Amino acid sequence: MSTITDTMARDHRRCDEIFSTAEEQVASADWDAASDVFNRFRQATEHHFSMEEDVLFPEFESRTGQTMGPTQMMRMEHIQMRQLFSDMERALTSRDRDGYLGLSETLMMIMQQHNMKEEQMLYPMTDQVIGTDADDVLKRMEGVENVA
Amino acid sequence: MLNTAGLSLEQAPPISIPFRFFLLAPLFGIAAGALLLAVGEEALISRWSPVTLALTHLLTLGLLGLVMCGAMLQILPVIAGSPVPRVVLVGTLSHLLLVGGILVLQGGFFGLGAGLMELAIALLGSGFLVFVSGVSVALWRVRTPSPTIVGMRLAVAALVVTVVLGTLLAGGYAGLFRIAGLAGLTDTHLAWGLAGWIGLLLMSVSFQVVPMFQVTPEYPVWFRRRVPGALFVGLLLWLWLRYATLQLGWSPLWETLWSASIGALFALYAGITLRLQQRRKRRVVDVTLLFWRLAMVCLLLLSGALVAVMVWPDLGSNTRFPLFLGIVLLLGVALPAVNSMLYKIVPFLSWFHLQKRQLTLMCMSVPVPHMRQFVSDTAARRQYHAAWLALLSALLALIWPSLFARAAGGLFALSNLLLLGNLLRAMALYRSTAVALSRCGDDPNSH
Repeated sequence: MSTITDTMARDHRRCDEIFSTAEEQVASADWDAASDVFNRFRQATEHHFSMEEDVLFPEFESRTGQTMGPTQMMRMEHIQMRQLFSDMERALTSRDRDGYLGLSETLMMIMQQHNMKEEQMLYPMTDQVIGTDADDVLKRMEGVENVA
Repeated sequence: MLNTAGLSLEQAPPISIPFRFFLLAPLFGIAAGALLLAVGEEALISRWSPVTLALTHLLTLGLLGLVMCGAMLQILPVIAGSPVPRVVLVGTLSHLLLVGGILVLQGGFFGLGAGLMELAIALLGSGFLVFVSGVSVALWRVRTPSPTIVGMRLAVAALVVTVVLGTLLAGGYAGLFRIAGLAGLTDTHLAWGLAGWIGLLLMSVSFQVVPMFQVTPEYPVWFRRRVPGALFVGLLLWLWLRYATLQLGWSPLWETLWSASIGALFALYAGITLRLQQRRKRRVVDVTLLFWRLAMVCLLLLSGALVAVMVWPDLGSNTRFPLFLGIVLLLGVALPAVNSMLYKIVPFLSWFHLQKRQLTLMCMSVPVPHMRQFVSDTAARRQYHAAWLALLSALLALIWPSLFARAAGGLFALSNLLLLGNLLRAMALYRSTAVALSRCGDDPNSH
């Protein structure tokens, strides 16, 4: 049986990798490639957010009765990260290398802290409350539409 | 019960708490550099001169200590999910007492007045008491402690040992009581302060921040679980061997052997860290990575020196050897690591607090600067090079004191001046953006 923690942590690593490739391409001013990879990163991350916001968080909230707790905080951080995505896209369009790298460093910091909180607390908590239904929840998560 | 406390960022202390520690720290660095510049080679003759003692404590208490304390108050809610209770009171009070204590201690070392040493003991003792109490409550409240938390607990315990021994030594210095075996006690104070408090804190915090900041693989599980505890026990045993060597007439070989194995564990840590950084997914090299690498290479050098002294015992009796160790450890390992953290923490906190404010007020018309606008890469690199040159000249000063001692002092002061400038610019930008945001919040038309 797969756990939410393992599956979602693996997805974090996947997003990190695409993020790093985009950043490296911007650093070497390879703009066309960077823009493609950045879009892939944004899509992967938005898909991850949707899995959480549309399936995982509601599931957690309905099983624990906590709607204003950790999931609310995670949603708030998704908003913060989405704002950085738009700023990064603008920096890419105007080929502003330093601007992009400053934003990507900022995103990196919030994203890693966010991931750490999810992997060390929220996902294990969710695994605990979901128990044997994990496979079913994961299946529904994989089916979410990408909103980006 | 599920622990959800850690997910709340509302527990982060107000930004002024860590910032007041960070801002004063480089001032002590500038003072240390200026002192070396003024005194020159005399400061490097022996570890026992008042100038050397003053210099060391400006660096350890003033520069390193303040940053480490401020950072710990800030990061405990994030990495432990456990905030320091009454953090504003703990932060304000410990900051005032510590800063006062460091200043008075300088006067005490130079014998500027009667009773200064006693006053320094009182101020520093109570400052650390407040800090340690607050941090301990937070650390011991964590129910399922990660290796980082365990390591931080041990580091705080080592800090307590260091402060108690320091108090004894300062009392001896002031003539409050006679201390037998001053040199032995001083070495113990040093070992617990450097390997215990600084070393364990650096190591356990890096378990979290190295993978996080540089997107490296994790440290091996066995290393995270075993090594901080082993080092702590190692230090306790070393304490016993020290006693056995000095009082029971044991061969000093045992002690040397033991301290070399403690050094080997630190070398292992440095090796693993460098290897992890080599395998990092985030390939962009930023200045914080450069600082980290410098720190880890110097840590390897330091451990190498501890092994070398085992092979060539004559090295250990050279009066410059302890100075060499001190310079590499402070200027090469501890300061670069702390410097690196500052360049991540200060810009990130500034951005984080401002963006939260922006979202709360819904003032999208006021842009929040990103991290590199708070501290530019160019400015940070300039300071990195100054810090590097200061380290190099301090090492050269061990060989040619008359040529390089003052240069090392000047460069060190410059490096800290640049650091202070970078921090001040970041805080000025924070302040002006915060003001713009509140103005926008007051004006309903600007949303």
